[in-house]
Amino acid sequence: MILAVLSGFIFAALVPFFSKFFKRTIPFVLCALPILLFIYFISFLNQIELGSYLMFSYSWVPSLGIDLDFRLDGLSILFALMITGIGSLVFLYTANYLKGHQYLDRFYGYLSMFMASMLGVVLSDNLMTMFVFWELTSISSFFLIGFNNEDAASRKSALTALGITGLGGLVLLAGIVILASVGNSYSFTELLGSSDVIKSSSSYHWIIGLVFVGAFTKSAQFPFHFWLPGAMKAPTPVSTYLHSATMVKAGIYLLARFTPLLGDTYWWNGTLVTIGAITMIYAAIHSLFRVDLKSILAYSTISALGILVFLIGIGTEKALLGAAIFILAHALYKAALFLITGIIDHETGSRDASKLAGLQKVMMPVAIAGFIAALSSAGVPLLIGFISKEVMYEATLQLGQWAIILTILIVLTKIFLFVAGFWAGIKPFTGPLPKEFQKAHLPSALLWVPPLLLSVLSVVFGVFPGLLEKSLIQSVFSSISGSATIIDLKLWHGFNTALMLSILTLVVGFAIYWFLQPSEKNFQKTIRFERISPEALTRDFGNIFSWFAGFWTRFFQNGYLRNYVITILAFLTFLMAYRIFIGVKIHIDWDQISTVTPSEIIVVTLMIISIFIAIFSKSRTTSIVALGVVGFANCLFFLFYSAPDLAMTQFSIDTLTVLLFMLILFRLPKNKTYSSKTIRIRDGVLSLIFGTLVAILVLEVFEYPSSTDISKFYADNAYVLAKGRNVVNIILVDYRASDTIVETVVLVIAAIGVYSLMKLDLNPIKKN
Amino acid sequence: MNNILVIAPILLQLFAGTILLFFWTKTQIQKVLSILFSFLSLGLGIWLFLLTWKDGIQFTHAGNWAAPFGISFVADLLSATLVLIASISGLAVSIFSVGTMREERLKFGFFPIMHFLLMGLSGAFLAGDMFNLYVWFEVVIISSFVLLTLGSTKSQLEGAIKYVSLNLLASSLFLIGIGFVYGLTGSLNFADVAVKLSAISNRGIINVTAGIFLVSFGIKSAIFPMYFWLPASYHTPPPAVSAIFGGLLTKLGVYALVRTFTLMFGGDEFLGIMLSIIAALTILSGGLGALLQKNLSKAFGYLIICHIGFMVAGLGMFTEVAILGTVFYLFHDIIVKTNLFMVAGLVLKINGTQDISKLGGMYKSYPLISILLSIPLFSLVGIPPLSGFWPKIFLIQGGLASEDYFLIAFIVLGSFLTLWVVAKIWAEVFWKNAENLPVKASGLYFNQMSKANQSMVIIPIIFLSIVSLYIGFAAENIYVLSEKIAADLMNPQNYIETILGIKTILP
Repeated sequence: MILAVLSGFIFAALVPFFSKFFKRTIPFVLCALPILLFIYFISFLNQIELGSYLMFSYSWVPSLGIDLDFRLDGLSILFALMITGIGSLVFLYTANYLKGHQYLDRFYGYLSMFMASMLGVVLSDNLMTMFVFWELTSISSFFLIGFNNEDAASRKSALTALGITGLGGLVLLAGIVILASVGNSYSFTELLGSSDVIKSSSSYHWIIGLVFVGAFTKSAQFPFHFWLPGAMKAPTPVSTYLHSATMVKAGIYLLARFTPLLGDTYWWNGTLVTIGAITMIYAAIHSLFRVDLKSILAYSTISALGILVFLIGIGTEKALLGAAIFILAHALYKAALFLITGIIDHETGSRDASKLAGLQKVMMPVAIAGFIAALSSAGVPLLIGFISKEVMYEATLQLGQWAIILTILIVLTKIFLFVAGFWAGIKPFTGPLPKEFQKAHLPSALLWVPPLLLSVLSVVFGVFPGLLEKSLIQSVFSSISGSATIIDLKLWHGFNTALMLSILTLVVGFAIYWFLQPSEKNFQKTIRFERISPEALTRDFGNIFSWFAGFWTRFFQNGYLRNYVITILAFLTFLMAYRIFIGVKIHIDWDQISTVTPSEIIVVTLMIISIFIAIFSKSRTTSIVALGVVGFANCLFFLFYSAPDLAMTQFSIDTLTVLLFMLILFRLPKNKTYSSKTIRIRDGVLSLIFGTLVAILVLEVFEYPSSTDISKFYADNAYVLAKGRNVVNIILVDYRASDTIVETVVLVIAAIGVYSLMKLDLNPIKKN
Repeated sequence: MNNILVIAPILLQLFAGTILLFFWTKTQIQKVLSILFSFLSLGLGIWLFLLTWKDGIQFTHAGNWAAPFGISFVADLLSATLVLIASISGLAVSIFSVGTMREERLKFGFFPIMHFLLMGLSGAFLAGDMFNLYVWFEVVIISSFVLLTLGSTKSQLEGAIKYVSLNLLASSLFLIGIGFVYGLTGSLNFADVAVKLSAISNRGIINVTAGIFLVSFGIKSAIFPMYFWLPASYHTPPPAVSAIFGGLLTKLGVYALVRTFTLMFGGDEFLGIMLSIIAALTILSGGLGALLQKNLSKAFGYLIICHIGFMVAGLGMFTEVAILGTVFYLFHDIIVKTNLFMVAGLVLKINGTQDISKLGGMYKSYPLISILLSIPLFSLVGIPPLSGFWPKIFLIQGGLASEDYFLIAFIVLGSFLTLWVVAKIWAEVFWKNAENLPVKASGLYFNQMSKANQSMVIIPIIFLSIVSLYIGFAAENIYVLSEKIAADLMNPQNYIETILGIKTILP
């Protein structure tokens, strides 16, 4: 199992090194991987019976409880089959679609990396492992959207998509960590046992809130949906595979997966129904105002994802059953429609729904596939789309007080989607063939067989729902709902309200299709609302954010050293003042301080004078020299307290420092701007406060009777053990000799620095 | 265990630096010797790490003056790991320098000083004494200052003066702090200070002292509002120098913060809140700054600040799992940041500029190198399961445990900003077509270099990428290590008893 999941990564890792080999080999070799995987997963189908599951465990980070545990149940096998099945078709399709493309090998690398990541998402039982794969799908999507990377629009779309899904991913990470800390495990199977504990915990709302953001961003729910139409910049096989059939359903998968764990509460159902309803109707309406076939399909995909969220939100057995069927039905017809759009684009060079027509004359098999896919999308009887629609209507009709409004919403959405499906699947093929498309011809079978196959499956499952019922949908249903109810899929549900609504949908949908044509004019109408769309608002927010970023950065990093110093000192002064104010009782015992000698007074006076010279001098050199004098005066204190060695060290360090500073200052331009008086006063006041605080602290510290065992040890043993009379010297050269040695090295380094500064000048030579 | 060889990593670098001084202008010999010494240092690092892992804390008292009278050098698991990681980074930079540094700089002591810098870092990690730590900080400052100015170009000097001024300010504050600690306890040995400070009833004055250390180490680790020197200086020196700075210098500050605030000043509530707020603002400042930069190295510089915020956040939360996150992040960050600046250097070598808006087309002309460079870039972002991902789990867990929810939000924000910045860099530098690139001011282009020199540039990047991948994929090992370190840090009893050789009871 681990090999099955990770094989895509292995393949992707090999691509850069064998690119020539992959470019030369026939496409079928490239496509072998998904096909083999599809067969592999099919073989598990009969092993998964009602409510049961298979587990495959591999150790990874056991101490954290993060392991490669794969859980194969109804829901995961449905997705695994979609991923590998549609994957196989897309792989085949791409071989011809991008034939001879310079970077075909890379493309397959990304595709297989994506396939592996997506398999990882749907098969992982461990939530953290699932998250790992979840992020990898975002990354592969980033690379695939930006595949035509020299095109600025592609790059922008790739960034937008990664931005939205990446942010959602991080939020989801927080949600998973909280969930795991409440439920005390990352394992979904284990968490399932503590579902009640989680639902009643105080963090429950945080968990579902964060999980929702993750799922909604990934599955393009309002108001995060806008990255998906942009993602259509990717080559069509990518749109088919990632942005319609599989990756965008990862959010749906997550919600479905978590339904038995977190679902069936007021906030869970309420939020999902609301967001799902808004998304499905908003996007369905949008799809009617588009002319680009891919845009139409993008919005109808968003709408379909909205329907799925809506159904999961309703959460009744009927609704969840509807979701289970619709996941499959949608994948089949939408993937077909995307592939067909790709063929049309490939052969005619156009995706303009208002212009395309009559193509059935030149590409009959594609037209057949398109017809069937559009009919399934519309929910015409004998197709799988019909069955899913019937179940949906039945689900909303059961809802008591909410039944009417929710039913109206879903019926309206379905009507609009009917039109969008017809535009994409039927309109380009009917009517007279315009002159500009006369030259189009039927492409290689590699292109048209995949969509036709998908359409045929729509029919087969539609006519014989029994094929799916026991083998797949039953177990999908029980893994989503956690219930053991036996489902019964039927083509004929009898004359009931749902059937009436179905007929209504078809009639009204067809009427709209008949009277409304996709046109550039309609598209222009939407532009008026562009300014208040979530996309524009996000962009505005982004602009404000980057203005703020500029303001913040320039405010602090303003280029002036003196501002940096003042900021740091102000911060420290605040910190000290606050803490002294809060926690220190100032009490100074003057008696403890020893009497002052005349020589001390002289040196201190010298220091004070030098400080004032340093502050008030107009010349930089004078200031630095004056500061040097302060340093030397310090050395004198060391001398007074019998530490000549220390004084000498300090003396040389000070000299070097002054020298280094002079060297650098000589090379800098002359300081012309002098700070204003107020700034000087501000700085002076701050320095005074800081100095006073430190002085108070010093006195306070000496107030405290410190332990003297170490200095006593030094004094007692200086002569006995270290053979020296001057304790300070002994400290320097024996007790703490390491410090001295290292300081010597500091001197050496400083000397080298001075030398290099003087000798080496790599400034570009100015030409005069 | 008392073991004189604890100081071997320091001595080796001292020896290396000194020997190299004798080959002042013989740069070929210097190159060979530097790599050789770096390999030896890596070997020592591994040895010390394994020893510490197996037998516990290794220490020695210099001059055999028992603690707390002499100076102790201590390799606990944190120190030993950092010495090991520093030697890994050091080896990579040493090779990278051979490939990229200009001869002129090599003739003015680049290699000796680089080894002195590495000596300072190892010394600082192994110091068990406050003043000794200060001295190592001096070594680090002076040698980094010399490396920063080596070549004396105008931008270098401009950056260097900000760098050295603010770092000297940090050192002075450190010294003031040490003075206070000495005044309060009469001792400088970490373990002894820890014991004596905990016995002092006047907490107010200790808290003020802690504040001074916070600012001093805060400047060094480039946290808000003290990071100014970093964006001003890191992009100015040659890439090899930026690499070692970016990888190790700020992290030394973080190490010092972690050591002092777990061992000596831990558990103060106000300090925790302060650190948390600082962490949030650091993440914000770094992320926002990186968003705007047009220069690759500058953007990376701001990202350093952003991620220092992550580590400080763990310290602010101050739970065991949060400290675990900090330590894990520290290990990851040293490797990835060193690598990142080498990446920036390679981009500069190939294109002659680091201006993001002008760069482009790397993916087209250097596909394999681009894929290689994506490893450090995505490790930095923390795309799971790469190395930057794991510590975030612990930091979020830590935030939950200490109820610092706003910090979790900032960590998410910081991660997102990092993702965005790196994705933008990817789109600009690797994807888009390059427009007319400016002509390189000096030195050879990458494709003009000899094959041997080219590999000297690529190999260290591969090497550190492999280390990053190891941290990511073998997260189990790093986790177990970090967990043990975090447990030791939060319960310093064993450290204290081992060093002082006595049974003590901390309140």
